[in-house]
Amino acid sequence: MNPVLVLETLSVRYGQHWALRDVSTAFPAGAVGLLGPNGAGKSTLIRAALGLVVPDSGRVRVLGLDTQRAPLQVRARVGYMPESDAHIPGMNAVSYVAYCGELSGLPRTDAIQRAHEVLYYVGLGDVRYRNVEQYSSGMKQRIKLAQALVHDPDLLFLDEPTNGMDPKGRDEMLELVRDIAHNKGLSLILSSHLLPDVEHTCDHVIVMDKGAVVVSGAIASLKGPGGRVFEVRIKGDTARFASALGAAGLECHDSEEDVMRVFIPDERGASFLFQLAAEQRVQVRHLRPSVPTLEDVFVKAVGEK
Amino acid sequence: MPCGRAWWVMARTELRSSLTSRWFVVLLLVAWLPFVVRAAQIYFSSSVAQASFLSVTAQTFRDFLDQQSLFVFLVTIAMAGSIANDRRVNALQLYLSKPLTRVEYVTGKLVPVLVCLLGVTCLPAALLLLLQVAFSGGTTFLLANLYLLPAITLVSVLEALLSAFAMLALSSLSRSRRFVSIMYAGVIFFTAALHQVLRVVTGSRAWAAISPGDMLDVVAGAVFRSRIEPPVPVAAAVLVIALLIGASMWVLARRIRGVEIVT
Repeated sequence: MNPVLVLETLSVRYGQHWALRDVSTAFPAGAVGLLGPNGAGKSTLIRAALGLVVPDSGRVRVLGLDTQRAPLQVRARVGYMPESDAHIPGMNAVSYVAYCGELSGLPRTDAIQRAHEVLYYVGLGDVRYRNVEQYSSGMKQRIKLAQALVHDPDLLFLDEPTNGMDPKGRDEMLELVRDIAHNKGLSLILSSHLLPDVEHTCDHVIVMDKGAVVVSGAIASLKGPGGRVFEVRIKGDTARFASALGAAGLECHDSEEDVMRVFIPDERGASFLFQLAAEQRVQVRHLRPSVPTLEDVFVKAVGEK
Repeated sequence: MPCGRAWWVMARTELRSSLTSRWFVVLLLVAWLPFVVRAAQIYFSSSVAQASFLSVTAQTFRDFLDQQSLFVFLVTIAMAGSIANDRRVNALQLYLSKPLTRVEYVTGKLVPVLVCLLGVTCLPAALLLLLQVAFSGGTTFLLANLYLLPAITLVSVLEALLSAFAMLALSSLSRSRRFVSIMYAGVIFFTAALHQVLRVVTGSRAWAAISPGDMLDVVAGAVFRSRIEPPVPVAAAVLVIALLIGASMWVLARRIRGVEIVT
C-alpha cells in the first residue's frame, strides 16, 4: 500500500533553531504514531505537511500530492486537529462544524447533515446547539476532532488529541481514535508524547527526537526483538549495578521509583542477573519477567535514562 | 464547492454573524437616518415651491457622504474584532488548514466590512440620486451631473477600502477587539489632531498628508469638482491613500499565518 505521507530530506528552521533537519521517512497507511518528547519536531512536521510552514529545504508529499505545489488539494483531503485550543468564535457546535465542512468544500446542506452525524459520533450530540465557547476542555478536544472529520478526509492529523482531558475523557478519545483507524478505514497520524496513547491506537510508530527521526516501524516488530525484559529492584549501590549491567552489554533504564527495566538481548536469563548482583554485592529484592513495551523502544531510541 | 470560493463562505457567515448583534443592526439603522432627512429634503424641494431653497445640487451628495463618515468610523469600530477574535481563539490555524489561501481568508474578512461600509455610504447616496430623479419627474439634474454616480461610487469605495484595510491590519496585530478599536480611533483622531497642530505651528497646509481623513477629503473634492483649493495635490492624496492601503496589505501578509513563530 502506498505511503500516505512521504518526507524527503525535509528541513525547517525557526530563526536559528532547526525544528526539523534532513528528515526523510514515509508514513504507511493506517494508524501511525508520531512519538517524541516536547520539542522533537512533531507539530512542525504536521504543519509542514499541511503547508502551514514553508520548509527551508526538502519536499513533503501527502497522499501523492506535493504540499508546496498543491497545498489546497492536500488540505481538501486531510483533516487536522490542532494541539492548542482552537475554534471559530460565536458559533454553536453544529454551525461551527458545518462551517468547517463548507470551508473544506462541502455544499451547505451536506455540511449541516455531516455536522450532526460527526457530532453524535464524537459524543457531543446532546450539546450540539450549545456555544462552543461554553464547552469544557474535553468537549473542545472532541469538537476539534469533529471539525477534522466533517468532510470525510482520507488522512487525519491528530496533534496531541488527549491534551487537557480527564482520565475518562482520555480513554473515550483514544477509543474514538482507535475506532476511526481500525473500523472507519481512515489513515491517521497521531502525534503525542504519551506512549500509552500511541501504543493503544496505532499500528506503526515513528519516533522523533531533536528534529530527526530516530526509529520507525511497526510497533509489534519494534517491541518484539529477540531478548527479554526484566523488572528489577535492588538494595545496594544502584549506580554501580547499572554500570555493571552496561559493561555486560545489557541495557537498563529506570521506570518508576527504584525499579529498573533490564533488557537482555541474548540467551542470558534471570540467573545471570542474580550472578551479577552477587558480584556487585547488592541484594535483588524484586525480579519479574516483563514484556517489551513501546516505552522500551522509545527510551532506547531517544536515549533517556 | 469550486476551489477558490471559500472566501464567499467566510464572508457570508461573517456578515450573518455581525447582523445577529442587535447593537450592530441598530447602528446600521441609525446610519440611514441622514438618508431619510435628505430624502425629505429632496421631496419637499421638488414638490413644494416654498421649499425651493432646499433644492439639491451636486454638493448635497458630497455633504451627505461627509456626514456618513461618522457612521463609516462607527461601523468600522464595530467590526474591529474581525481578525483579532480569530487570533484570540487560535482560529487562524483552523482556517488555514482548510483548502483556502491567505488571500481568500483576508477577502473573506474584507468583504463583509466593505458591504457594511458601502451600505451606509454608496447605497444611500445612490438611492438619493434615484429619489431626486423620481421626485423631480425628469432627468435634467441627472444629465447635468452625469459624473455624480461614478463620483459617489469612487469616493465611497475609496473610503471603505481605506477604512477596511486599516482596521483589518490593526485587527491582525492584536487578540483584543477593544484594543483594535482604540488603536483605530487613535490613528484617525491623532493624525487629524496632529495635522491641525502642525498646520498652526508651521503655517503649512501640506501637513494634511499625515491625516487619512483629510486625504480622502482632497480626493472627494476633486471627484466632486470642488472649487476649494486642496491643501496638497490630488495625486499626492491618492498616493498617500494607496500607500496606506499597501502598508495595511503588507501587515496582513506578515500577520496572517497558520503558525505564529516567535524567534
